[in-house]
Parts: sequence; C-alpha cells; structure tokens
Amino acid sequence: MSVGKKIYGLYNDDAILVEGAKVVVAKGIKVSDTYSPFPIHGIEKIIGIKWTRIAICAFLYGLTGLALAITGMYYFMIIDWPMYIGGKPNNYFLQNMPSFVPIMFEFTVLCAAHGMALTYFLRNWTLPGVSAKNPHPRTTDDHFAMEIDPSENTSMSVEEIHSLLKETGTVEVFEK
Amino acid sequence: MHKESEIRYPLIIGDKTYHQITEDVCAPVEGRANKLWYASFTIAVVVALWGLGCIMYTIGRGIGVWGLNTTIDWAWDITNFVWWVGIGHAGTLISAVLLLFRQKWRMAINRSAEAMTIFAVMMAALFPGIHMGRIWMAYWVLPLPNQYGSLWVNFNSPLLWDVFAISTYFSVSLVFWYIGLIPDFATIRDRATRIIPKSIYSILAFGWSGKAKQWIRFEEVSLVLAGLATPLVFSVHSIVSMDFATSVVPGWHTTIFPPYFVAGAIFSGFAMVQTLLIIARKVVSLESYITRKHIESMNIVIVITGSMVGIAYLTELFIAWYSGVEFEQYAFLNRATGPYWWAYAMMMTCNVVTPLIFFIEKVRKSIVISFVISIFVNIGMWFERFVIIVTSLHRDHIPSNWTMFHPTFVDIGIFIGTIGIFFVLFLLYARTFPVLALNELKSILKSSGDNYKKQQH
Repeated sequence: MSVGKKIYGLYNDDAILVEGAKVVVAKGIKVSDTYSPFPIHGIEKIIGIKWTRIAICAFLYGLTGLALAITGMYYFMIIDWPMYIGGKPNNYFLQNMPSFVPIMFEFTVLCAAHGMALTYFLRNWTLPGVSAKNPHPRTTDDHFAMEIDPSENTSMSVEEIHSLLKETGTVEVFEK
Repeated sequence: MHKESEIRYPLIIGDKTYHQITEDVCAPVEGRANKLWYASFTIAVVVALWGLGCIMYTIGRGIGVWGLNTTIDWAWDITNFVWWVGIGHAGTLISAVLLLFRQKWRMAINRSAEAMTIFAVMMAALFPGIHMGRIWMAYWVLPLPNQYGSLWVNFNSPLLWDVFAISTYFSVSLVFWYIGLIPDFATIRDRATRIIPKSIYSILAFGWSGKAKQWIRFEEVSLVLAGLATPLVFSVHSIVSMDFATSVVPGWHTTIFPPYFVAGAIFSGFAMVQTLLIIARKVVSLESYITRKHIESMNIVIVITGSMVGIAYLTELFIAWYSGVEFEQYAFLNRATGPYWWAYAMMMTCNVVTPLIFFIEKVRKSIVISFVISIFVNIGMWFERFVIIVTSLHRDHIPSNWTMFHPTFVDIGIFIGTIGIFFVLFLLYARTFPVLALNELKSILKSSGDNYKKQQH
C-alpha cells in the first residue's frame, strides 16, 4: 500500500462499531477517528478523544459581550450625551442601569452565541467551500466508519489490521 | 443501550431503518414537485407580489397611504409586527426549551418550526422597517457615530431594546437552525448524483464529515445554544410587550404584559406550527414521523398556553376594576362593549373558548379538528393585538379626538402580502431543505422507533 493511506472499517450499525472499537482498542490499536451519520454516544471515551471546551469559550464570549454593552451604554448615555427623557435619571450609571438591563442581556447572548458558532465552524473546519473528508458517501446515511492510521500502529502489519477489523463485523474494509 | 418504557408511544411509526429515514426525508428534495405544490406556490407568489407592490407604494408615497390618523397613530403595522413576532416564538421554543427538557418528540418538528420562526421574524421586522417611512435610514437605529455631534440612540427606550432583542433573536435562531442543518445537507450532498445539486449542497454542507469530534462539538454547541436561546425566547416577547407596558396609555400600562405576551406568543406560534405541519406531513408524506402523538403534544401546549392567556385577560379586567383608576376602567369597558366589541369577542372566542375543547382527549387526537382550531387561534391572536393596540388608542383623554380606525387597501395588502411572502419562503424551504432533522431522528430510532420498541418487549 502507498504511504499515507488509511484503513477504514465500514459498519452498518452503530452498536457493532462501538463493540468493534472496544475490541480493536484492547489489541493496542489506536483508532484515529470515526465517521457517522449521527452522534455515537460514548465513542469518545473508547477511542480516546477529549471532550470539547467550546462551552468555556461561550462563557468568555458572553462576558466580553456584557462588558462591551456596559461600557458602550455608559459612554453613550452617561458621559458623551446625557439625555433627559421621561424624567429617567441619567447622572449616574447605577441610577440608569435598570433600563440598560435588557440590552445588557441581549448583547451578552448575541456575543456568546455568535462567538461560539464561529469557534465551532473554525475548530471543526466546516466552512463554505471546504471539501468533505468522510471516506464513504454512506457514512452520512446509514453506515459507520472507523479510521485507523497504519503509520500510528506499527505494532501490527496492514494485513493484520485488515483481518482484525473483519472479525469485528464490518461490512467492508478498505484503504483510502 | 437506552431503553424506554413500554407505555411510551413510539415516535417513529412503521418498520423504519436508518436508510429508510434518509430516503423518506430526502424524497421531496430529490424528487419532482407535484401539482399541489406548484398550485400553492403560484398563489403564494401572486399574493406576495401584491404585498410587495403595496410596500413599494408605501415607500414611494409615505405612511399617509395607510389608515392611520392623529389619534390612532399605531395600528395595523404594529399589530402585524407583534403577530408575526409571536408566531416566531414556537420554533426556538421547540428546539431550545424542549431540548433542555429532553423531549424527544421535538425532533420531528423542530426543523420546520425553526424555519417558520425565521421566516416569521423576517416578516415581523419588515413592519417597523417600512413604518420608518424612509427605510434607507433604517441604520439610524444602531448606535453609530454621526455628524450630529454624536447624537446616540436612546438606550432608555423599549423601542431600542426591541431592535437589539429582535436582531439577536433572529440571528441566533438562524445560526442555531443552520448548525443543525449542516449534517443533513451533507447527507443530501453525498446522495446527489447530478453535478449542480451536488455542488450546491457541497457548499451548503460546509464540508461536514461526521467525525467523532465534530459530533461532540455539535452536541455541545446545540446544548449551549439551547441554554442561551431559552431565556432569549422569553426575553424577546417580554421586550416587545414593554413597547406598550412602559407607556402611560390606559390599557397598555400594565405589569402583567411580559408574561402574558410570552404565553400568547407560544400559543400562537404552536398554532402556526400546527397549521403548517398538518399540511406538510400530508404533502411530503411524513405521517410516520409527524404522528398523531406529535399533534396531540402540540395541542396540549396550545391548551395550556391558551388557558394562561385566558387567565391574563380576566386578570386585566379584574385589575382595571380593582385599581380604581377610571381611565383604566373605561379602557377595558370600552374594549368589551364599545364600538370594537366584535374584535374583543373574536379574541375571546378564538383564544379562550375554542381551544378548551382540547381538554377532551378524542378531540386533541383528531387531525381535522386540530387544524381548524389552529386556524382559529391564528385569527384570535391577530385580533388580540388589534384589540390591545387600536381599542386603547381610539378613545383617548379628549373626547373630541375620538375616532375609528379604517384600514386602507394598502394596510390590508401589506398584511396579506406578508402571508404570501411567508408561504413562498416556506414552500421553497419544503422543496430544498431536509424538513426533518435527519441526524436527530436517527439517534432516537432505536429507543423510540416502533419496530425497535416491539423487539424489546
């Protein structure tokens, strides 16, 4: 086989893939990724993928939004151009704060949601014009693929990995 | 594997496999549209064009072409705005609040409900836009530095809160919807055989591959966005209600408005989802996924929120009497018995009385009755906003100002037109987008699918 090719085991059920992954990992093989049409719960623990920290990002973006909203309104309404409308007090930020709360909240949500969405697109590298990496077109339909990189698993030969995958109930084993 | 109690209804009926779900959902996208679709699309386009014509006429001639007068300076435009925003509340409620409550039945309806939300909010945003008169100055609502010595927008005003609320709600809903759509676009992309659809869906799918880490992020993002969108749903209509509640007009100046408007929004939004999905499940043959059980669940939400709205109406009347303020008392007396009594009666019948028959189990499981009631609710909720807005304004503190509101053909044309534009967008969506959340449905097939449930027991 040529250098850089990866071995894929194709399954027709998520439960079989999960069992297969357990067997393969027990033999000391590193599974580099799985491709599936929907999330397979628990697979990350088996193949050793860390949980995402994107929620922490969202919290930080939210804090940024809140800070921006507070600074913005403080500057516009208290410092730069204090307005006297409807007898609402506007000499001090705290006095005026109750009527700033809605926008503080909305802006926090705006920044948290869009910051997180952007991070999500960039970290996943899912952007318009990016080409898909799934090895088989049916992994977005009803098939599930397990990816093994032979260069990371030198303890076994390519043929041995092939036969190991076949034993776990694959529909097909192929290289790509 | 996750097991479910026997008494829980299956959410996916029939002998479905993962592949069958893909086939069923992709069929309307890949196949040709039937005559019914073309017929309804043509009608919708004609109505939409009429509406666009009226909008253009308004922009060209000014707001004077509407039926507004010096006493009633806010009428159809704001009624339509609040009606559409209210309708736009069901989608995010279904996808966010029901996600947090782990309600699996949401999975068959969330995609279409979110689409409906987005189109409805677009229609809503149109009305304040054209009411500005000079729509090309619409960017003045943003706090931008300018040549007037940096005169800023007024952050004390609920109208500005509305700008922030609606734009946040629209853009967050759009992102939430699109993130969910990406894996399903990838499914259509990988099935496409012709070159043009394949390249279009490749772009739309953003190169989604379905890797394990991508799915982890997908689920985390969905959960956090749901957490953010839940308070957002409640805040948006609260802020819309503050457009009225923070004023000193009798009939508007009530603290009950925020919760009452939120309940009303969910009520009308679910009614519109019901109207659309009862038609859609037939037209694109998705009866196995949008089942009687789904319709019943939505009816339960409708009857509960409808009853909340009913209680709010009665509370308003009680508080008007109890307050001892004669202006407030007159505002409500005039609402119910004045020249607009018929609008009040429409509102009470359609919103409070008719949905009560959903307390009968047989009725809420009947598809025909559900459809009829959902139309009633849509009409009733429009009248609710009309009653609140017009009847509170038409008789103010100076009796010589008292007048009636007469909509012109432009008022009517724009309102009907937005319904046309809405249906144009929805019909296009139904032909080109996966109308069910494929990936989510597949993830519940083994726990809530009919065939799998039978195997377990």
